[in-house]
Amino acid sequence: MRLAGKGLINRNKRVRFCFDGRDYEGFEGDTLASALLANGVTLMARSFKYHRPRGVLTAGSEEPNALVTVGKGSSQDPNVRATVQEIYEGLEAVSQNRWPSLDFDVMAVNDLGAPFLGAGFYYKTFMWPKAFWEKLYEPVIRRAAGLGAISGAPIEDKYERAFAHCDVLVIGSGPTGLMAALTAAEAGADVLLAEEDSALGGRLLSESGEIDGIPARDWAAAMAEKLAGMDNVRLMTRTSVTGAYDGGTYGALERVAHHRPLAKGLPKECFWRIAAKRTVLAAGALERPVAFQNNDRPGVMMASALRAYVNRWNVAPGQKIALFGNNDSIHDVAADLLAAGVHIAALIDSRAEATCALDVPFYAGAQVCGTDGRKQLEAVSIARASGVEKVLVDCLGMSGGWNPTLHLTCHMNGRPEWREEIAAFVPKVGMVPGLMAAGACNGAFSTAACLGEGVGAAQAACEALGLEAKAPKLPSAENRPYRIAPLWAVAGKGRAWLDFQNDVTVKDVKQAAVENFRSVEHMKRYTTQGMATDQGKNSNVQALAVLADATGRGIPETGTTTYRPPFTPVAIAAMAAGAADKGFAPERFTTSHRLTVAANAPQIEAGLWYRPSYFPAKGETTWRQSCDREVGYVRQAVGICDVSTLGKIDIKGKDAGAFLDFLYTNMFSTLKVGRVRYGLMLREDGHVMDDGTTARLADDHFVMTTTTAAAGEVMKHMEFVSQGLRPDMDMRFASVTEQWAQFAVAGPKARALLNEVLDSPIDGESWPFMACGPVKLGGVDGRLFRISFSGEHAYEVAVPARYGESLFATLKARAEALGGGVYGMEALNVLRIEKGFITHAEIHGRVTAFDIGMQGMLSKKKDFIGKAAAQRAGLLEEDREMLVGLKPLGAVKQLMAGAHLYNAGAEPVRQSNQGYITSVGFSPTLGTYLGLGFLRGGRARHGETVQMVDHVRGVATTCEVCHPVFLDPEGERSRD
Amino acid sequence: MRIACPLCGERDSREFSYKGHALALERPAEDAGVAAWDDYLHNRDNPAGLTQELWFHDMGCASWLVAERNTVTHEFGAVRLAEDVKGAKP
Amino acid sequence: MRFSALKILKEGLTGNKGWTPHWRDPAPKPAYDAIIIGGGGHGLSTAYYLAKNHGMTNIAVLEKGYIGSGNIGRNTTIVRANYSLEGNSQFYSHSLKLWEGLEQDLNYNAMMSQRGIINLFHSDGQRDAAAKRANMMISQGDDAILLDKTSVRALLPNLNHDNIRFPIYGGLYHKRGGTARHDAVAWGFARGADQRGVDLIQNCEVTGIDIENGVVQGVQTTRGAIRAKKVGMVVAGRSSQVAAMAGMRLPIESHILQAFVSEGLKPCIDHVVTFGMGHMYMSQSDKGGLVFGGDLDFYASYAQRGNLPTAEHVMEAAMCLLPQIGKAKVLRSWGGIMDMTPDGSFIIDKTHIEGFFVNAGWCYGGFKAVPASGYCMAHLMATGQPHEVAKHHRLDRFETGRGLMDEEHRGSQHNLH
Repeated sequence: MRLAGKGLINRNKRVRFCFDGRDYEGFEGDTLASALLANGVTLMARSFKYHRPRGVLTAGSEEPNALVTVGKGSSQDPNVRATVQEIYEGLEAVSQNRWPSLDFDVMAVNDLGAPFLGAGFYYKTFMWPKAFWEKLYEPVIRRAAGLGAISGAPIEDKYERAFAHCDVLVIGSGPTGLMAALTAAEAGADVLLAEEDSALGGRLLSESGEIDGIPARDWAAAMAEKLAGMDNVRLMTRTSVTGAYDGGTYGALERVAHHRPLAKGLPKECFWRIAAKRTVLAAGALERPVAFQNNDRPGVMMASALRAYVNRWNVAPGQKIALFGNNDSIHDVAADLLAAGVHIAALIDSRAEATCALDVPFYAGAQVCGTDGRKQLEAVSIARASGVEKVLVDCLGMSGGWNPTLHLTCHMNGRPEWREEIAAFVPKVGMVPGLMAAGACNGAFSTAACLGEGVGAAQAACEALGLEAKAPKLPSAENRPYRIAPLWAVAGKGRAWLDFQNDVTVKDVKQAAVENFRSVEHMKRYTTQGMATDQGKNSNVQALAVLADATGRGIPETGTTTYRPPFTPVAIAAMAAGAADKGFAPERFTTSHRLTVAANAPQIEAGLWYRPSYFPAKGETTWRQSCDREVGYVRQAVGICDVSTLGKIDIKGKDAGAFLDFLYTNMFSTLKVGRVRYGLMLREDGHVMDDGTTARLADDHFVMTTTTAAAGEVMKHMEFVSQGLRPDMDMRFASVTEQWAQFAVAGPKARALLNEVLDSPIDGESWPFMACGPVKLGGVDGRLFRISFSGEHAYEVAVPARYGESLFATLKARAEALGGGVYGMEALNVLRIEKGFITHAEIHGRVTAFDIGMQGMLSKKKDFIGKAAAQRAGLLEEDREMLVGLKPLGAVKQLMAGAHLYNAGAEPVRQSNQGYITSVGFSPTLGTYLGLGFLRGGRARHGETVQMVDHVRGVATTCEVCHPVFLDPEGERSRD
Repeated sequence: MRIACPLCGERDSREFSYKGHALALERPAEDAGVAAWDDYLHNRDNPAGLTQELWFHDMGCASWLVAERNTVTHEFGAVRLAEDVKGAKP
Repeated sequence: MRFSALKILKEGLTGNKGWTPHWRDPAPKPAYDAIIIGGGGHGLSTAYYLAKNHGMTNIAVLEKGYIGSGNIGRNTTIVRANYSLEGNSQFYSHSLKLWEGLEQDLNYNAMMSQRGIINLFHSDGQRDAAAKRANMMISQGDDAILLDKTSVRALLPNLNHDNIRFPIYGGLYHKRGGTARHDAVAWGFARGADQRGVDLIQNCEVTGIDIENGVVQGVQTTRGAIRAKKVGMVVAGRSSQVAAMAGMRLPIESHILQAFVSEGLKPCIDHVVTFGMGHMYMSQSDKGGLVFGGDLDFYASYAQRGNLPTAEHVMEAAMCLLPQIGKAKVLRSWGGIMDMTPDGSFIIDKTHIEGFFVNAGWCYGGFKAVPASGYCMAHLMATGQPHEVAKHHRLDRFETGRGLMDEEHRGSQHNLH
């Protein structure tokens, strides 16, 4: 029911919204919870396990009950707290986890079975028959479990991520946060104030009372205005600081557009990474429930929430209200309710000595021991020494005291300490370096104390930053002591809820203790206490007090469980903003990319690069046809392939040769200028890291190529070797992969083609095999390397990247005129398999030079990276798996990469495994499949017959073991 | 986590990559023997507390750094260029 | 007490007053036949199998905190036998077989759910590697299916099949893989060991290892000295510290692995799915939370918590693979300390100290190993000989280079896995 009064709602702006298919009206400024309460809707959800009817418990992000689904289709947001969701015109929300309806939920039958569904019951049953878990029990449990649902449609809403930096981060904008922000800002600090709510003021927005002689809410508004006018202050509302991380880094979620229809281009949320030099935590405190029989009925809520609904939203959640608590705050709530004209049927204070200044039915030394009603609270039972009295009410506000909102202080594993006089945990200093807790989150509950602690924390932060913060005149404010007599659970029969959402009751915790789950972590895990979406914000302290009692220990000895990030749940889409679809990783394109796409070449990913798989020609229906044709270009005419993705590293300096000697297993300092050499690089663990060619362009100038896959790793490795091991060497290097476009020109007509494009023609004498040097193409300075990855007479020609596309087009056209053309990765792979050239399919990380038959390349004349480790006995044994070639022999003329090898006649089981196949290609040149693989002791087994079994795809054949070079073993073609 | 690169200033750790204990800078001679190489490559004190370790500023200046850091609190101490650390040796 | 549906029914009808402790809380005796340092999953299963298979019941498990307080309660609960290398293949195969009978053996429902694991691959090269692995699995006697693009789409229609950065070429489907309820595994082994007479001693931190003339004599603890001729160290996350008490330096670096759980959702993922290119894996718990994780934070740490860059990267991969889960909200994140060995595989071995045994280096694969790890450790401690399926997991393999088990093909050096 809506009350008169001046809350923070705009009565001139009516807002229509829909809940569970019914239309309602609220005011601008309402949350979904306040608007539903104003419309008399108290049943908003069902609990997780017993499907008990539930209403709203709180007025904040800690809400455990009133979770709803907002929006539809790809915008559907499950598990939205109705207490945080601001209403807007056209908002659509539905209740969750009920069937067929919220009002009539079949699963509520669970509640009847509660005696059998207590703590950990599922660990003791569902074991017979064995197969029934997956077939029956689990599917049923899974369908019944879960809260809201995701729509299944890909997200179309926009999300963002951003960084922010500040001198002082202030978390929370109640009296503490406002004073802290102002104090730090006036000292000249760059201040960022993050507030979870839609407006600044914290609890001042919901409470009566005065600061500096004016209503506290007006004081907060004035402070907000003042801060907003300062250039060095950033105010971020609707922003929850979700995590405290190392080095003053905080995660924060800004709900940019949950409070209005999504405008085009506007993100729904933004996830911030805030780097703060100092932080003031001013997060306030959360009121905690009292456990008593059936304390979970719709209509039972926190007293502070009741106060907020009345004061801030001008909503009376009931007509006849009772208040029950163990501390002074229920009296303040009662006063506010009376002032708003709400009828109070009973004020129940558990403290026997308590007095009441208000004109209400007052019960001192009394406890609520039960409630009536099912979908709506109808009465409370009040237990006193004189007996139990039932009072008809439709709403109960309860207060078991206040817990400082210290969650962020625990994110770095710090444990808070118990403070007996407020019966609560408070943070210890230094739990998060650079962060100081102040005000209610530090256990200071009066407004005056909060104001003072806010100033103090800001001054300390400023001092640490070398800024002088003057002490402002503190505004006058209420400074009453906080008086509480701990009351965790009211004695009695029946179920008394601790964790509302997960349906954990006092009985469950006691049973856990009986079963020796006495550690607080055991109790939590056994009962699921504190594991719901509120992560125990509303229940952990009471639960561990019950456990402490059940185990005969005090609360400090019992300890707490750990709070971990995030403080409030964060959408995956927010933390991953930008990563959907292709946004996950950068895309790298070669200069010929446009032309290869235009030629309809399917693209494959090679690391972050895209490369053409093959270039389909007219009439070809399979990739094999294209591949065979392209292989033919290279073997018979000339083929062109973009090889720019290979890493290129330019190395210059007096010691460049010596540096390469240290990096590679073989010698480079002896390489002549104008020549290229193949090099093998090991990791320090003695296994092959990479291979490639390096060209010497001048005495002090080399260009190294790496494989596409290992380019980054090799570069980093070189930086380590140069900076960390040999900083004495006079040499510098830089990656020039992007700077040069490089193309293979391969085949018997390669030289003829090149002579059409080079400004000065070349011949065999000036450019023998493995020669390199500068060339000019149409006046452009380029480089030419006579190297071959196909075994043919071949070159690689490089030009500055801006000429890449043009050169590719020219080479393509001229190759076609000579009866050749461009070739893709498939053909490249077949060409290199025919020649037994290795790629990372063979040097896959676990192989040594010895394994691939390159032990001769391990220089004995010098030290090099990996030399010592490569000499370990276990890496040199003759029964290691060694590189071999394989040809199919039997009826099945097919080899499969990934298939395993076994001796002829052996049973194909793990125990008799002899090796595996790494690469397979059909050689159109030799008319057969060819394979490369590793075979135990393979070097000594050429000519032997082995079985290939591809168990998983059901292919088996016999094959002949041979030398891995199938074609032109003497290398005559490349030298001609 | 934020790392004070001596060249770039304090930067988010996402710009850096890691290579373990700084003993990697103390590469044994090729003939130092199996045990010395086993210690260099594999065996570690692996302290719960202060350690000296290597970080690489991939997305910055490409410097290898030697940082003091606490493996329990993640707090950093002095961060130096690996080149300088090596240079500081007699 | 034997657990059963009938027992629950009886207790429910009589007010649940008859439940008893799942295990005792005995005081430590001055001496045992064997001591296991570490009351996590591996330590508890070691104790259980020492008692069950080898009749050694005069033994104690010493736990510095509460039982199951380490990685057994901090992992993403995946169980599988899909390894590709000799050594690991037979060990994890053995472990999965033990898992399959575990609940009946322990009389404890660990909610072992063989929902199947699908490892996606994203290139021809990765397909070849998956095929090689699948062939190892089958030749070892386990199950594997190589799915093509179409079959993956049929099984996992929710994935981004049409506009993903790294297109899905197919997947390696291991049907017997799945998940289990992690805490229950620890509790089940604890209860089983306790019932066979093993003393589980909580809040008992080992502070020293007594060795005389190269022979172990017992341990010093915060609850006094305890003698034993056999001491097994099973303290993942603290292996280097405990080994140092015995004067040993291990080939281990400790790293942080984060994991995440979302708020409860109605069923949306039925299998365990791994996205290799994104270093991310995900499943959905029976309660409805998406349980997912990714790569290490990649710095040495004992903090049991991580930082944002890795967390964000895991979310990015999740979003890339399963674009509709963006609306799921992360509820909790945490970190476990991983004993990382140079080759990424574990160690179960004797040491140069007689009677002192090491079980360590589980990297990020310890959960699925819990039954077989204890089984083999118990065999080693009881007989002095390695169990057949764990004989390759030697401590000296790095020194000799023999039998390195680098499943990821990244190298046999720290900080590569």
